[in-house]
Amino acid sequence: MKTNSYLLSILVDDEPGVLSRIAGLFSGRGFNIDSLSVASTAEPDVSRITMVTKCEPHIIEQIKKQLHKLINVITVNDLTDKKYVQRQLALIKVNAKSEKKADILRIVDIFRCKIVDVGLSHYTIEVSGDSEKHDAIVSLLKPMGIIETASTGSIALARENGKH
Amino acid sequence: MKLTGAQILIKMIKAEGIDTIFGYPGGAVIDIYDALAKDNGLRHILVRHEQGAVHAADGYARANNSVGVALVTSGPGATNTVTGIASAHSDSIPVVVFTGQVPTALIGNDAFQEVDIVGITRPCTKHNYLVKNMDKLASTIKEAFHLARSGRPGPVLVDLPKDIQNTQVDFKEPKTISLKSYKPNYKPNKKQLHKVVDLIRQAKRPVIFAGGGVILSRASADITRLAKIADIPVTASLMGLGAFPGSDPLWLGMLGMHGTYRANMSIGHCDLMIAAGVRFDDRVTGNIEKFAPEAKIVQIDIDPTSIHKNIEVQCPVVGDCKAALKGIIQLMEGKNPENFKNGRREWLEQIEEWKSTTPLKYEQDNVVIKPQFVIEKLYELTKGDAIITTEVGQNQMWAAQYYHFNKPNHFITSGGLGVMGFGLPAAIGAKAACPDKLVVDVAGDGSIQMNIQELMTAIESKIDVKIVILNNKYLGMVRQWQELFYEKVYSSTNMENAPDFVKLAEAYGAKGLRCTRPDEVESTLSEGLNYEGTVIMEFAVDREESVYPMVPAGGAITEMLLV
Repeated sequence: MKTNSYLLSILVDDEPGVLSRIAGLFSGRGFNIDSLSVASTAEPDVSRITMVTKCEPHIIEQIKKQLHKLINVITVNDLTDKKYVQRQLALIKVNAKSEKKADILRIVDIFRCKIVDVGLSHYTIEVSGDSEKHDAIVSLLKPMGIIETASTGSIALARENGKH
Repeated sequence: MKLTGAQILIKMIKAEGIDTIFGYPGGAVIDIYDALAKDNGLRHILVRHEQGAVHAADGYARANNSVGVALVTSGPGATNTVTGIASAHSDSIPVVVFTGQVPTALIGNDAFQEVDIVGITRPCTKHNYLVKNMDKLASTIKEAFHLARSGRPGPVLVDLPKDIQNTQVDFKEPKTISLKSYKPNYKPNKKQLHKVVDLIRQAKRPVIFAGGGVILSRASADITRLAKIADIPVTASLMGLGAFPGSDPLWLGMLGMHGTYRANMSIGHCDLMIAAGVRFDDRVTGNIEKFAPEAKIVQIDIDPTSIHKNIEVQCPVVGDCKAALKGIIQLMEGKNPENFKNGRREWLEQIEEWKSTTPLKYEQDNVVIKPQFVIEKLYELTKGDAIITTEVGQNQMWAAQYYHFNKPNHFITSGGLGVMGFGLPAAIGAKAACPDKLVVDVAGDGSIQMNIQELMTAIESKIDVKIVILNNKYLGMVRQWQELFYEKVYSSTNMENAPDFVKLAEAYGAKGLRCTRPDEVESTLSEGLNYEGTVIMEFAVDREESVYPMVPAGGAITEMLLV
């Protein structure tokens, strides 16, 4: 069966063990997590988990219900078919031989990225954007020789006014 | 008022209307035991193994529709409760387990008898807590009981570090519970109820399928009423036995792997299934593709995750079973009842034919005792009024098939997890809750040995339970599978090396009776049931008797192996 990618925004109590409950739910029931990002929110005692999961369409309903059943989960919002802004932050360390430096700077400029660390033979580039932008820049930088990367999971908010 | 954490715990348990708890002391709960000794009004039953404490709490909760409480120490005391907790979780039974924990300052340091019990039990509790702050103790206990009994019930564990137990604070009884998002939806959607009524009106071959949820929501009278209004035959899962009277003409018997022929055939041919408080376990459905292939399915459940989990349903009703059934009945009453009995005569005749051609049966023998015969006699002698607990395996299935449960809360079994060793401690818990009832544990010779130490608990606490051991000197259900599907290679299922159960009973201070002949079954049962005190009645039964009908795992439930 066809699997789709789903983007869930989950508000939870900011308490020890909450992430373990969610991770345990996914491993115990054989659901998978593509990416996960957790941080506190402007509201005290509430954290937001943004999660990308790949599964068959009928499984996502079960995932959402199971998540909601956890006592520490406050809301589960499926952003997949809604309007939302999504960001991912990545740091990409790339080989910067002198003959390639101009090419790299041009790519950085086109993608409106930033160079945050410079060495004799490397640049570290900060990329922020949605996952497509992220994939695009990685494919362009690959020929230069990517040394290592670090990336956050997606974070997202619905475009409508109000809390979700 | 200044109270220690231990005193607060006892006060809060009593405030929940609980009179009996089950437990076992240890270093990390010694303060609670000290407070218990100085308190009166809360009965503590000392078990002989912590697993027994949780099963007893489970039996207590089920017998009188309340919450069961277990109290154990940290480390091994806590880990020993895991099987009991997982069983209560599978069966949605409200149990609160209090575990001792090393002092907060030592948590995480691999202290003596330290274990992360909250981490271990996360997947098998409805919720669990580690109390690290004195100010949250009372409210956490209150929340724990609320969570255990509300919505879809289940076990809740509260881990109590030693310093939380022995520190004094100003105690203020919490009045309200604040849980941000936990709001079980009791009230069913009216539109869905109208849809159910329409479906009943259109159906020619309807069946009601009742589960444990009907018993938990105390909806037995309602499901019986619904069946009567529209002449709808009723089947039940193992957990639902007793939800509908077993002696009623509309009763089909149990459904599933060891269900009756007519129950399984009814599901195979029905055009409407009204499923209430069930979760469509694989032991009930068999091959999902071939389960109720012609039926529209109505599923009533308080837990939205139960719906569309294993089975696609056409009419989900999220809400309390009792509220939903009452709503449906209300919509039907006042209308001409004949409108709801469309084509019923043919359907009931078909079922009657299945019943008469292929009844539940076994071959009686004059020399060897048939286990089914023991259960039949037990039913006759107790007039169907005893609380029956079971172990797991053949004994459990024969009890389910041949003891006709007429009332809810009278059949207590580890349905979902299938725990051998469940029946004896559960019987102790049930008897503690209902001292005026006759409580019988139907056991096998294998499973009774899994928690036999609880015999001492029964004797010490003067909780009289009657234990019927169907002794076939095999792990009978596994042997049956080996016979049918593994070329009779009886690998590790022979239990001929067993204790003398009569002497074992006597060693504990109980009475022991042995019966080896069919013509003595009745007199042995009669003597044992009338004996004042705990008794083991051992019946040497046909060694290779099997449970039939049987649907091989993964098969369609209409394709049964018959005797």
